[in-house]
Amino acid sequence: MELFEQTIHQLRGLLDQGRISAVELTRDVMARMDAVEGRITAYITETRDEALAQAVRADKIIAAGNGSALTGIPLAIKDVLCTKGVRTTCGSKILESFVPPYDATVISRIKAEGAVLLGKVSMDEFAMGSSNETCPYCVPRNPWNTAHICGGSSGGSAAAVAAGEAVASLGSDTGGSVRQPASHCGVVGLKPTYGRVSRFGLLAFASSLDQVGPLTRDVRDSALMLNAIAGYDPRDSTSIHQTVPDYTLALQDGLQGLKIGIPGEYFASGLTPEVEEAVNNGIKLLTEAGAEAVEVSLPHTEYGVAAYYIIAPAEASSNLARYDGVKYGYRDMDAESLAEMYMNSRSQGFGPEVKRRILIGTYALSSGYYDAYYKKASQVRTLIMADYRQAFEKCDLLVSPVTPAPAWELGARMDDPLSMYLSDALTICTNLAGLPGISVPCGFSPGGLPIGFQIQAPHFQEERLFRAAYNLEQRAGIVGRRPEIV
Amino acid sequence: MRISHDEISKTAALARLAMSDDDVSNMASQLDRILGYIAKLNELDTTGVKPANHAIDIHNALREDEVQPSLKQAEALANAPRQNGEAFVVPKIVG
Repeated sequence: MELFEQTIHQLRGLLDQGRISAVELTRDVMARMDAVEGRITAYITETRDEALAQAVRADKIIAAGNGSALTGIPLAIKDVLCTKGVRTTCGSKILESFVPPYDATVISRIKAEGAVLLGKVSMDEFAMGSSNETCPYCVPRNPWNTAHICGGSSGGSAAAVAAGEAVASLGSDTGGSVRQPASHCGVVGLKPTYGRVSRFGLLAFASSLDQVGPLTRDVRDSALMLNAIAGYDPRDSTSIHQTVPDYTLALQDGLQGLKIGIPGEYFASGLTPEVEEAVNNGIKLLTEAGAEAVEVSLPHTEYGVAAYYIIAPAEASSNLARYDGVKYGYRDMDAESLAEMYMNSRSQGFGPEVKRRILIGTYALSSGYYDAYYKKASQVRTLIMADYRQAFEKCDLLVSPVTPAPAWELGARMDDPLSMYLSDALTICTNLAGLPGISVPCGFSPGGLPIGFQIQAPHFQEERLFRAAYNLEQRAGIVGRRPEIV
Repeated sequence: MRISHDEISKTAALARLAMSDDDVSNMASQLDRILGYIAKLNELDTTGVKPANHAIDIHNALREDEVQPSLKQAEALANAPRQNGEAFVVPKIVG
């Protein structure tokens, strides 16, 4: 297997044994970028010089015997995370020239481990989208079939990892934005519990839902990445004081005694036959490994999309009020009054989907509509959280598809925002309830597109996710399968 | 649920977004469909249900009020579209 195709833990062995250097590894991944980036277009900004300098430093750390899990590992970062001195666009023209003066906490943490940062990868504008097509810089292609979407909003992350243009990536998940592209690109995507990972330096979309999570080639890598980024951060008042275990230890356990809940609502309607078959096969593999399957009900699942598309735009309309052309970001320099400057800067800087969501959010929060929309949606959020509490009295984990169908063709849903929103129906409730969730590859469609398997757990039970996901991965028979990019 | 062109224009003004007549009518038909779908929430009787604004219970995340290292003035100003070395500069507000 080529270097650029290997996992963090495989490369760790090679680096620590001195069989390869971090510089060689970094050059190998860059050569891969040269070979396929023209067809994949995952990167908004490449930082090759900085990456090579980081690789040189990583080699010194390793030579001194001080290497840790990510030392010398080339990673791609979703352009939603602030990187000191490196342009951070959030996939928007309004931040085309924004260069953050500080690192997000997760970036500080992986830098402290000696990780190599190859650059900033594409995303839907302000993480609002399910196909990465709202990015004005580049629309990444699905490495398994470049006529298809890679998913979103962390599409650049998923495409880069699947295509061998980075060993792993950090993305963000507000309504499925790590798990859905991971599912479409055949990689592992983790959305940690709300509060498990610091949001400091993560450009805000919907603050009560946003969470940073890794996209990786396998489950062990996902556990290694979470080890590196999890933990309390005094700079994020919603991060939680709670011990961070070594998540890789969870991979040693079998599934004896584990109860997996199958929520009927996730299988109710609209699944394509290939998704249904692959996920049912995944459930069979888990039960063969010792898990006990039980049927459970999450009766308010069907209201998730409706509640989310009030709550997330409401929070976004407030968060995005900061883009006014004053302190950073795009300004219409010709505006003659302050009001005109605000209006023109925002109108010229934001793309159509972002404007649509700001309008929905502003409308839902405006005088006379607040109770009918925002309050109602927040009450439904309570009901959705109660569903989960009741389900987790009967089971340890919930298993389901990630998406109703494999990746669709580029352009197919761009004219129909509602159909795009509905494609998130199976990932959104996880965020509304603040739960951890993972997407792990479980099969392929007859057309060769990857299909993901979703597992959700109670708050702070990421170890259970890893335990089940690892057992599934080991039995699904697709480990090490990589796309042929044509 | 129908949203009027006038409501769209008013909402856009609140959000400081300029919209042409074409934008407004395009947005009206999209928002009609989206809000029509969202009206599904009204199928549920939520009388007496407490709204949830957070998924995790966090109360009073307090810390000591201590001076910590922060951005230097030049760093804070570096991304401004217009600044004078000491402050952000914007078009004149008062006459």
